[in-house]
Amino acid sequence: MKRRSFVKSIAAGAVVSALSMIPGRYALAADTIKVGVLHSLSGTMAISETVLKDVTLMAIDEINAKGGVLGKKLEPVVVDPASNWPLFAEKARQLLSQDKVAVVFGCWTSVSRKSVLPVFEELNGLLFYPVQYEGEELSKNVFYTGAAPNQQAIPAVEYLLSKEGGGAKRFVLLGTDYVYPRTTNKILRAFLHSKGIQDKDIDEKYTPFGHSDYQTIVADIKKFAAGGKTAVVSTINGDSNVPFYKELGNAGLKATDVPVVAFSVGEEELRGVDTKPLVGHLAAWNYFMSIKNPVNDAWKKEWADYAKAKKLPNADKPLTNDPMEAAWIGIHMWKQAVEKAKTTDVDKVIAAMAGQTFKAPSGITSTMDPKNHHLHKAVFIGEVKADGQFNVVWKTKGPIKAQPWSPYIPENKGKKDEPVKK
Amino acid sequence: MKKFALALGLALCCARMAWALPADLVLAVAAGDSDEQVAAVSKLVTSGDAGVAAFFQALLDGNVQVAGGKRVLIVKDQQGIDAASGEKVEPLPADLDDAVVNNRLRGTLESARSALRLASTDRAQRLAAVKTLEDGAGEEMLPLIGTALERETDADIRKLLALVQASVQLKSADAALRLAAVKALAQSDNPNTKMLLLGLLEKKGESYAEPDAGVRAAAQASLQAVQSRLSTADRINQIFTGVSLGSILLLAALGLAITYGLMGVINMAHGELIMVGAYATYLAQNLFRAQAPGLFDWYLLAAVPAAFFASALVGMALERSVIRFLYGRPLETLLATWGISLILIQSVRSLFGAQNVQVENPVWMSGGVEIIANVVFPWNRVVIIGFALAVLTLVWFLLTRTRLGLFVRAVTQNRGMASCVGVPTARVDTLAFGLGSGIAGLAGCALSQIGNVGPDLGQTYIVDSFMVVVLGGVGQLAGTVYAALGLGMANKFLEAWSGAVLAKIAILAFIIVFIQKRPQGLFALKGRMADA
Amino acid sequence: MMGPLASHIGRLYGRKGWIALALCAAVLFVAFPLANLALPKGNLLHISDYTVALTGKIMCYAIVALAMDLIWGYTGILSLGHGLFFALGGYAMGMYLMRMIGREGQYQSDLPDFMVFLNWKAYPWYWSFTEHFWYAALLVVLVPGLLAFVFGFFAFRSRIKGVYFSIITQALTFAFMLLFFRNDTGFGGNNGFTDFKRILGFHIATAETRMALFIASGFMLMLTLLFARAIVSSKFGRVLTAIRDAESRVMFSGYNPVHYKLFIWTVSAVICGIAGALYVPQVGIINPSEMSPANSIEIAIWVAVGGRGSLVGAILGAALVNGAKSVLTVAFPEYWLFFLGLLFILVTLFLPQGVIGLLNPSREKRA
Repeated sequence: MKRRSFVKSIAAGAVVSALSMIPGRYALAADTIKVGVLHSLSGTMAISETVLKDVTLMAIDEINAKGGVLGKKLEPVVVDPASNWPLFAEKARQLLSQDKVAVVFGCWTSVSRKSVLPVFEELNGLLFYPVQYEGEELSKNVFYTGAAPNQQAIPAVEYLLSKEGGGAKRFVLLGTDYVYPRTTNKILRAFLHSKGIQDKDIDEKYTPFGHSDYQTIVADIKKFAAGGKTAVVSTINGDSNVPFYKELGNAGLKATDVPVVAFSVGEEELRGVDTKPLVGHLAAWNYFMSIKNPVNDAWKKEWADYAKAKKLPNADKPLTNDPMEAAWIGIHMWKQAVEKAKTTDVDKVIAAMAGQTFKAPSGITSTMDPKNHHLHKAVFIGEVKADGQFNVVWKTKGPIKAQPWSPYIPENKGKKDEPVKK
Repeated sequence: MKKFALALGLALCCARMAWALPADLVLAVAAGDSDEQVAAVSKLVTSGDAGVAAFFQALLDGNVQVAGGKRVLIVKDQQGIDAASGEKVEPLPADLDDAVVNNRLRGTLESARSALRLASTDRAQRLAAVKTLEDGAGEEMLPLIGTALERETDADIRKLLALVQASVQLKSADAALRLAAVKALAQSDNPNTKMLLLGLLEKKGESYAEPDAGVRAAAQASLQAVQSRLSTADRINQIFTGVSLGSILLLAALGLAITYGLMGVINMAHGELIMVGAYATYLAQNLFRAQAPGLFDWYLLAAVPAAFFASALVGMALERSVIRFLYGRPLETLLATWGISLILIQSVRSLFGAQNVQVENPVWMSGGVEIIANVVFPWNRVVIIGFALAVLTLVWFLLTRTRLGLFVRAVTQNRGMASCVGVPTARVDTLAFGLGSGIAGLAGCALSQIGNVGPDLGQTYIVDSFMVVVLGGVGQLAGTVYAALGLGMANKFLEAWSGAVLAKIAILAFIIVFIQKRPQGLFALKGRMADA
Repeated sequence: MMGPLASHIGRLYGRKGWIALALCAAVLFVAFPLANLALPKGNLLHISDYTVALTGKIMCYAIVALAMDLIWGYTGILSLGHGLFFALGGYAMGMYLMRMIGREGQYQSDLPDFMVFLNWKAYPWYWSFTEHFWYAALLVVLVPGLLAFVFGFFAFRSRIKGVYFSIITQALTFAFMLLFFRNDTGFGGNNGFTDFKRILGFHIATAETRMALFIASGFMLMLTLLFARAIVSSKFGRVLTAIRDAESRVMFSGYNPVHYKLFIWTVSAVICGIAGALYVPQVGIINPSEMSPANSIEIAIWVAVGGRGSLVGAILGAALVNGAKSVLTVAFPEYWLFFLGLLFILVTLFLPQGVIGLLNPSREKRA
């Protein structure tokens, strides 16, 4: 073992650690406000998350064109955590402590959010989370612009139980194996019990992320359906949806026999599928691209122009969906809160977020609840059309307030409807 | 259903009437709320009008639109006709909204349509109508079914009609009729029948749902017959899914087996060669869509050779540039090919985007064929099984009947000796590697039809390919075939019992244990094998 | 004056080597803590928490690289599943840390959050006693060790070698990854373990605890280096190298290679487990993707880049590759995989002795 090599290797190690400090040094104070974008741009969730990154960047461009926030331009810092949950935590820490961003717009799966949550709470960061989720969480550092179960899952199952929705008597709860489907199905099971559906008429199944062979599961659904009018509640996430729907279509399971309602399938996820055999299957969201109103038309046009200008993939057929709308609402509300608080300081912005309103493309005026960090949202249930769009077949009369602590889970008794000081 | 029975009665005896539907009913169906829609459909069926069938079909096809909330039009290819009167409407009004058709309406329309079609002259339509009735017919359909049975000449449809009749007669008040119905139902292979028979045998407190003991005994016998038929159907399904998975594994692993047998190199970039084939299929699809949309359904004919040659070229390039320099160092080759796989993944990601790309099944590969009741073989999987067989035959032919195959086998058995005898081993290496890669490309082409096509496609299949090769050994093609089919079937059988994940884990554990006992795999080369 | 053990240790390195080691110790155990804890944040010489965490993580990886070098560089066993032992050690420590959350999780219950949403009412049997640190520490050592021992016993006895062995280690880690991804297995499924609060009574998110873990990792790295050095420079080490170079001859000479391979394999797994246990509290999360086959293959490239058969090379390789990863995935995320792939190819083709071979050309003459 030569001494020279040893010393050289130590030097190399020192160089490496110095290198790792460089990104931090680049963060020279410029006259911009840094905004973090934390979405998977590769891996199994890229199918869903890439458009969120794009729509956030579009919002930043629009805000900058109108003069920025507090006179400063917004500077996006985009990182790719690659559908890898520990990497989400690492990137979040980097965004907050190295890049010193004022706010982060990000995450899709609940796993990714739960992985970054400790980081945001430790470093007192601010996260806007735009995707529907299972509730059971209420952090002071997060604003949830997606739906809680009572704003999506429960109305959808109520519709399925109703005469109009097919009067289902048996339910298959099919999901990807992680916290969101598990918790949502726990809530739904309790809800179904309260409606008189027994455990023998409920079948819970889980597949891992990235699973692609649904033959056996579709065969099982067929068998289960022979016992009575059955509906499937799907919380499958990511690109597993494509082989699932293909298998459904090929096996001839029509929506009039066994309707499938999905909570993570929107216009974007249907892009890769032949939708003709899927006509009639359902999705529950707080926004559909097919909703007709001037705000939505303007927003869709803005997105189409942006996609063409930036030569985004699939710019020839631009689609908008619910999480994009939620991200859009989130970033605009943040801007309004910063202007109201006259600073980007996290605690002041959190206080200024209470009660913010914004004219949303879904047709309602979105309101951020003054206490519980969730939006009031209207619920729409849509059926798949042959062209991959959704036909709204049912909607709530107006926005519903979110219940992040579901009343159907007994452990939630006594939980407050606002973040608790930790 | 009662209304439909009346309707059919009317339709049977009335001559064709002109298209004249009541406008208010038509509007209610197109634009009313759910209950109004169902009621209006029933009333329309009763009318016996000739235009009813066309209107219902247009609704199911999504061609009905409402102008200004008042007038209902059927719009197809920019031509509009008034739904109520059947007259042409020109020009098309500007403010057209789609009629809202939800699942409930669709279900009602389909039942109505089958009621109308029972009397159709087209056999396919009658068959489809009876199948819809199988799912649930009410007592008021009995006279209808009876009349249809009398008139029916086709044997298959008669059989189905008889079963539907029997399932309805189960609720009859007459015990003898019930007994006859139960005995007839023994022929059924519909899972609904099982539920019906079980319902008869249910106990409500002290007494059974079915009071007559003779009927109960017959029901028990019928139930057993039906259950054995259902479990046979299950088994057929399992075997099919197992063979389907096996065929996919075979396609994926065949190329790897050839290159590993030949060069002792486990090519970690094999998955990416599969991915290249899938993307080649995607490009072929796009080409056809852009240049020859009429021939779109046949894009696969171009995609298959495209996928083969794309992957073969990439494979040969890899062999020439990297792998041949690592000859004799299998572990380094493993690492180097892993590096190549990373580069390939990232290149595809940069070229085509990180998201999945859409590869559509051509029309003749969509849907499925129903073998017996409730056993549907999807066409795409059937075609892939056939494709795998074809590829296997071609490879076997190549390896056993051509000169290249002879050389490949020689080099696999004893490289040194083959070289001494004059076999150009370097060229054989390149060509064989190209062949193996090309087969991987074909696998990618097949996979693009059933799953997602994205940059990570290869990663999902690489471990499976290894397992097949390790299990099957590299002596003969038969090893790969048996290993692939065996693993596919074992996986599917276990899956029915314990779920997909545990099945996979069990298979992996089995392979790990098997390798301890027989490290060279199922079919190994005979002869002295010195230390690697 | 110095006992026989001390003099034995003293002979592991020459005088210059010991000086270099002392320098490293000074940097890690004195300079870093001072620069991080004592200096204020604006100071030029201040080392941020982020850097401390990153360096700590890299040191854990370096320990794994050493373990890998022992079995691959010196014994010729290429394992593509070593990430499994690393992750198992991490999970064992994770179980203890999850217990330490107490009632401060989202559901304020005695059970971790993931058990609450699975509707479990009590800890499964394999979680018993994990609230005691010494038991968790025992698991960190025993679980990877036992698994490696059993697997190695059967594998080496059946004389599985070379590529086949690598492939079945891949299968092993893949199978465990699938198993741990299942929520029903009771290890948090896809969520893994996260949201740790305390370790050994100290709050886990403070700079002091971080520094303590950092120092522990550094200390473990030095210890592993010395231990590995002791093995390879002993007679045992020479047999290992012989097994790498010509196993049949070793057998004919009267040694039983199975015993040697099994020993070094198990030791290597235990070292990985300990590295994993140090890694998890610093990173704050563990999830089954640590067991992915790709992770294990990356471990091999660290050793290949740095230099197989040279202990310092392994550490260097781990530092270089992971340092480059941290920089590149921020600056040029699309190019990181190109770089890594090229690294694999170039190192195997042109740098069989790794970077150490470059720095020290005379080594190339060694067999």
